Amino acid sequence: MNSAVLFGISTMSYIIAMIIYITYLAFRKSQVGLIATTVTVVGFVSQTFAILLRWKEFYEMSDMGILRAAPFTNLYESLVFFVWCLILGYLIIEFRYKNRSFGAFVTPIAGLALAFIDLTGMSKDIQPLVPALQSNWLLAHVIMSFIAYAGFALAFSTGLMYLIISSDKRSEPSYIFWTMATGIFVALLVAMGLDYLTFKMVIKNPDSLIKSYLFRASLRSSSTAVAVVSWAVVVAFIYLLWRYGNLLKKIVSSFGISPEILDEITYKSIAVGFPVFTMGGLIFGAIWADQAWGVYWSWDPKETWSLITWFVYAFYLHARLLRGWKGKKIAIVAVVGFIAVIFTYLGVNLLLSGLHSYGSME
Amino acid sequence: MEKEKNKTIVDRVWDIFASVKLAVVIFAVLSLTSIIGTIIEQNASPERNIKLLGKFFGQSAAPTLFRVFDTLGFMDMYRSWWFLAILMLLAANLIICSIEKLPGIMKLVKEPMKPLQPESFKGLRIRKEFLLKGSPAKTKAVVSNAIKKIGRFNLSEISDGNGYQFYSQKGSYTRLGVYVVHFSIIVILIGAVAGIFFGYKGFLNLPEGTTSSVVYVRGGKAEKNLNFTIRCDEFDVEFYGNSDMPKRYKSWLTIIKDGKEVVKKIIEVNEPLKYEGVTFYQSSYGLTPEAGNSVFKFKVTPKGGKTEDVAMGFGSSFTVPGTNLSGRVEDFSPALGFDQQSNKPFTYAEQMNNPAVYLSFYEKNVRKYGGWLLKRYPETWKLPEGHTVEFVDLWGVQYTGLQVRKDPGVWIVYLGCLAMTIGLLVAFFMSHKRIWVRLLEEKGNTRVIMGATASKNRYAFEKKIDKLEELLTRGEEGGK
Repeated sequence: MNSAVLFGISTMSYIIAMIIYITYLAFRKSQVGLIATTVTVVGFVSQTFAILLRWKEFYEMSDMGILRAAPFTNLYESLVFFVWCLILGYLIIEFRYKNRSFGAFVTPIAGLALAFIDLTGMSKDIQPLVPALQSNWLLAHVIMSFIAYAGFALAFSTGLMYLIISSDKRSEPSYIFWTMATGIFVALLVAMGLDYLTFKMVIKNPDSLIKSYLFRASLRSSSTAVAVVSWAVVVAFIYLLWRYGNLLKKIVSSFGISPEILDEITYKSIAVGFPVFTMGGLIFGAIWADQAWGVYWSWDPKETWSLITWFVYAFYLHARLLRGWKGKKIAIVAVVGFIAVIFTYLGVNLLLSGLHSYGSME
Repeated sequence: MEKEKNKTIVDRVWDIFASVKLAVVIFAVLSLTSIIGTIIEQNASPERNIKLLGKFFGQSAAPTLFRVFDTLGFMDMYRSWWFLAILMLLAANLIICSIEKLPGIMKLVKEPMKPLQPESFKGLRIRKEFLLKGSPAKTKAVVSNAIKKIGRFNLSEISDGNGYQFYSQKGSYTRLGVYVVHFSIIVILIGAVAGIFFGYKGFLNLPEGTTSSVVYVRGGKAEKNLNFTIRCDEFDVEFYGNSDMPKRYKSWLTIIKDGKEVVKKIIEVNEPLKYEGVTFYQSSYGLTPEAGNSVFKFKVTPKGGKTEDVAMGFGSSFTVPGTNLSGRVEDFSPALGFDQQSNKPFTYAEQMNNPAVYLSFYEKNVRKYGGWLLKRYPETWKLPEGHTVEFVDLWGVQYTGLQVRKDPGVWIVYLGCLAMTIGLLVAFFMSHKRIWVRLLEEKGNTRVIMGATASKNRYAFEKKIDKLEELLTRGEEGGK
């Protein structure tokens, strides 16, 4: 059995688990919930073995030490590891809070992220490492960053759920915020999906596709008509979300999770994510940069964005613990924090490198 | 209000600096301005950023906008006076906040634990109450042992009404964790400032076989003298298979001090050389334009004969041992490719990706044949007569690109990072735990009232208290 088969099993498991979790929400039968958890655990275990197996494959292919052959070096591998961390975080929460409703919210993210990889035809090959990545710091830096990202992702989902169930009026700032944020988030995802689908045939190398064709299929299309229609669709979508957001509120409210628990999970996820991110992401990253290039901090966009992320979560912690920010106000900060995370992880490479050449040595 | 009025200006400024509100505002301002710095390319040529601004605001507005941003220092904003001023403001805020809060926290840390008044138990978030068989005098030992089992508590004891009270705390120092983190930020900033004032960052492109006793700083605009000389003896790139993707690249470096070779080291990416506080990092490589004394290296094996090493310059000749066949270097390409349609040779990169040499072979000054020998492809080394000419290397045409750094502040930064790591671990993953247990006489039995607090992760501590209760009550049932 090779890693690809095991990855396939885990993707299938998460998608099946998603369906069972939603069924569980509808019927509230504890046996159904137990099956959902079991399927998720099966997916998690096979994904764990898949990652270890890929590690072994990489190690045997390259003549590097086992620590340097960690399979976390490209977009595909990092997305897989992100999903692994997310599911681990979810299982911990399910176990601790004895609440399965949340699974209906997390397994779709996991299943869709993995399906997204297949859909886009992102390169799954084990790729050789450029010299700068051949370092023992890679392992610690990447693992810790992604544990933190997973914590922030959980805080984002619970924060967003908090906003959805506690905002009532359409004129409320928090209501406008969550509908706008969700609307833009979904619109960008769909636009990127369209890019992949339309340009997949033309461009072979996914990296060059991402950099030069981002949003070209819709929002930045060379055909004015397509671009205008795309913008109109996005605006209409956000409007509909704003207009009928209360439907979503009803659904999320039916999960039966109290706002207090959501608030607590948001805080706890950030309280784990923040120190891990500071150590693994910022400090280890700086030490590694110091060893590779002789500069521990060079204000390049990736570094700067991780610092911005750090400031947002520092803001969250100080505002909550010392300024007494509560409820919707603080949930908005948690959501904004994750937007900064996504930008650090994907946006810098996708958007800013299109504007100027981040990543080149000169 | 009266108190507010009597405050001097200094006090008011002090209060602003001591406030968390300022910290929160600084976080927001630093984040927002940093975003601009990642969009506008830093230290780039004006044309690039004018083009960039044009994309967002239209071509006509771009030059004016560029001038505005340039005047405000956004083209090199992380070194601009106002950005550094905000960082200093953050440092001042941290220091003053700590001065304000630290005495109170120290008192809390050092304060010995006190027994709790009976009515205060009600206000505690973790609370238990149950009965044990036997008088408090008898159950005392069992209870104190059980408490020690769930955590290493140093118990104090007093008599309390018609019974006893145990109380203990641990981890009071964990309340200092957050101050260690704040302090470490100041240490890191000091280290960064020390690096800026007493160090430099430079580069040096050193061709194979050459020496230098200076490095170039500020993008090549200035020179910095080293107290020694550095020589590049050799440079080599390994590729993944026959691809053009570099696997590793290395430089053989020698440090010469007062005419003597003091250090020899092979450096590569992630493996720098350090000498007298100056560190040389392998960063890039390329072809040097002036390769005057480059040397072609071959291994020549006549048919059935012994291999001989041959080294020579461009245009020179060598003889295949034991024959009167001589070879002459007539052309060279650092990266030879063949056009797919015409099959004509051409150079596809200005890097030594696929080095090839064109040799012509002569017998008694008459040209017999000639062809390209590629370093990567052994099948091109065979001559029609069965001799082998292996193209080993062309030495002296590549330079090694070195990043050079002297930073006496880096140790302070590392120390700050270490302090921050410790501080974060303490602040987020350890907690100040307190426990109080009253044992009260009730008709010959003991009523146990427990209360506890934890500054963080109350859930985990509550589990331990549950376990304590279980330990005590189960022992009770077993005794029956």
